[in-house]
Amino acid sequence: MTKAIEAINISKVYSNGVKALENVTFSVEKGESCSIIGPSGCGKTTLLFIFSGILKPTTGKVLIDGSEIDKPRNTALILQDFGLFPWKTVYENVCLGLKIRGVEKNKQKKIVEKLLKDLGLQDFRNSYPKELSGGMQQRVAIARALALNPEIMLMDEPFSSLDALTREKLQNFLLELQNKDSITTVLVTHNIEEAVFLGKKIVILSPRPGKVVKIIDNEEMGDVEYRNKKGFFEKCREVRKSISLVI
Amino acid sequence: MSGSEKKHKLSYLIAALILIIVWNAVSCLINSPAIPNPYVVFLSFTQQLKQDLPQHFLISAYRVIYSILLALSLAIPIGLSAHEKRIDSFVAPFIYLLYPIPHIVFLPLIILFFGIGDLSKIILIALIVFFQILVTTRDAARSVNEYYIYSLLSLGATKKDIYKHVVFPFVLPKILTALRIGVGTAIAVLFFAESFATNEGLGHLIVDSWDRADYPSLYAGIVSMALLGFILYSILEFVEKRVCRWM
Ligand SMILES: Nc1ncnc2c1ncn2[C@@H]1O[C@H](COP(=O)(O)OP(=O)(O)OP(=O)(O)O)[C@@H](O)[C@H]1O
Ligand SMILES: [Mg+2]
Repeated sequence: MTKAIEAINISKVYSNGVKALENVTFSVEKGESCSIIGPSGCGKTTLLFIFSGILKPTTGKVLIDGSEIDKPRNTALILQDFGLFPWKTVYENVCLGLKIRGVEKNKQKKIVEKLLKDLGLQDFRNSYPKELSGGMQQRVAIARALALNPEIMLMDEPFSSLDALTREKLQNFLLELQNKDSITTVLVTHNIEEAVFLGKKIVILSPRPGKVVKIIDNEEMGDVEYRNKKGFFEKCREVRKSISLVI
Repeated sequence: MSGSEKKHKLSYLIAALILIIVWNAVSCLINSPAIPNPYVVFLSFTQQLKQDLPQHFLISAYRVIYSILLALSLAIPIGLSAHEKRIDSFVAPFIYLLYPIPHIVFLPLIILFFGIGDLSKIILIALIVFFQILVTTRDAARSVNEYYIYSLLSLGATKKDIYKHVVFPFVLPKILTALRIGVGTAIAVLFFAESFATNEGLGHLIVDSWDRADYPSLYAGIVSMALLGFILYSILEFVEKRVCRWM
């Protein structure tokens, strides 16, 4: 298997002297799903920004598909709160990436209409984000990411502000999406169950500066029913234990 | 028109009626030619409409609208560019030093350079409105959450896209609010600017009728000036309603 993302010894020191990451090394295979879990402020968001090419690591390098990144590539980034633009309608939000890339109007429309339909958002195309529930807003964010047909999807606590039921529904949705399209995904989360349910590989980071403490393989995941299986609970316990060792 | 909008319009009508009734009562109580009753003013107003009132009105409107457009066309680009930290650190000191000055004191200077014609009046009003818009626009442009920008960058955005899709739409409602306050100021300064060195404009009409103790005509001028303010304000409200639907 080839590597979609390869983080080699990356460290990040912000200009104000805050050291966010230290010697982070791990890789994500093509089509694999990876969960990153770690205490608040340990540099998870920073890491995603580096993967997406928005920030540069202070030392070390990131290879995407084997080559170093210099500017944002075909990766989609989904943020928790500031992902959608409140001043744009659902349609405009989903369309934005295509518009910026200069995709032809007719083609934009075709792609967006199909996505809105697939995600059950077609009745809300002219609504503004504030008029939608939290779960629907995140579906719009996912639609916008998918519109670009990305090879890599980076998600920063995408479901953390949702209620438990909506959250589970969207987790299932994401899992099905991963199975269907085999997009490489990196998901940052605070939630152990979510990390185990959605990550074939679970990377545990230490408190700031974030270092990789442990990488747990989770071969059994991939099915919606996994949530109710014994293996799931055992894996959760394993992850919890590893985390409690570092905090 | 929706029900609530009808109610909205009705409440304006009621307020206008109450004001007229109070005015009438005051004029009856005081019984001085300096406070004619609404009916007399109305008659004088319609009388003057057939004479040169429309001319004065149009000239005033032309002066104030040009001033506002001039102020906007300078304040918005400069204010938006404050989003760039490097530009802001250059511009900010100038704003801090120049904003607190009562700009009306520059009148002699303006007249010295631009003569006593329309241009000077327009520049005086524009100068004052310019700073009001500039300060608001700058504050707003600096307060754009950087996560919005990261989110856009991840879609492959250029600098121009950031202004077009994030900074400007975010700042626009604040500009409109500043403009609403600015319109009030602009008309006040308009009155001042028209009270000398001109034979045209509502300000001139008011001051001239005042000199001649022609109270009905004086009030017709006042009513026209109020009307000018009301029209500009209504236009802004209309624009705001369309533009700020997302808020
Ligand atoms: N632009 C910045 N400049 C300076 N310091 C920053 C900047 N962005 C983040 N930091 C600091 O770097 C550290 C890591 O931040 P980051 O947002 O990556 O953490 P996180 O793991 O995502 O946190 P959370 O779990 O709260 O989302 C924090 O201490 C944060 O204060
Ligand atoms: Mg974070």
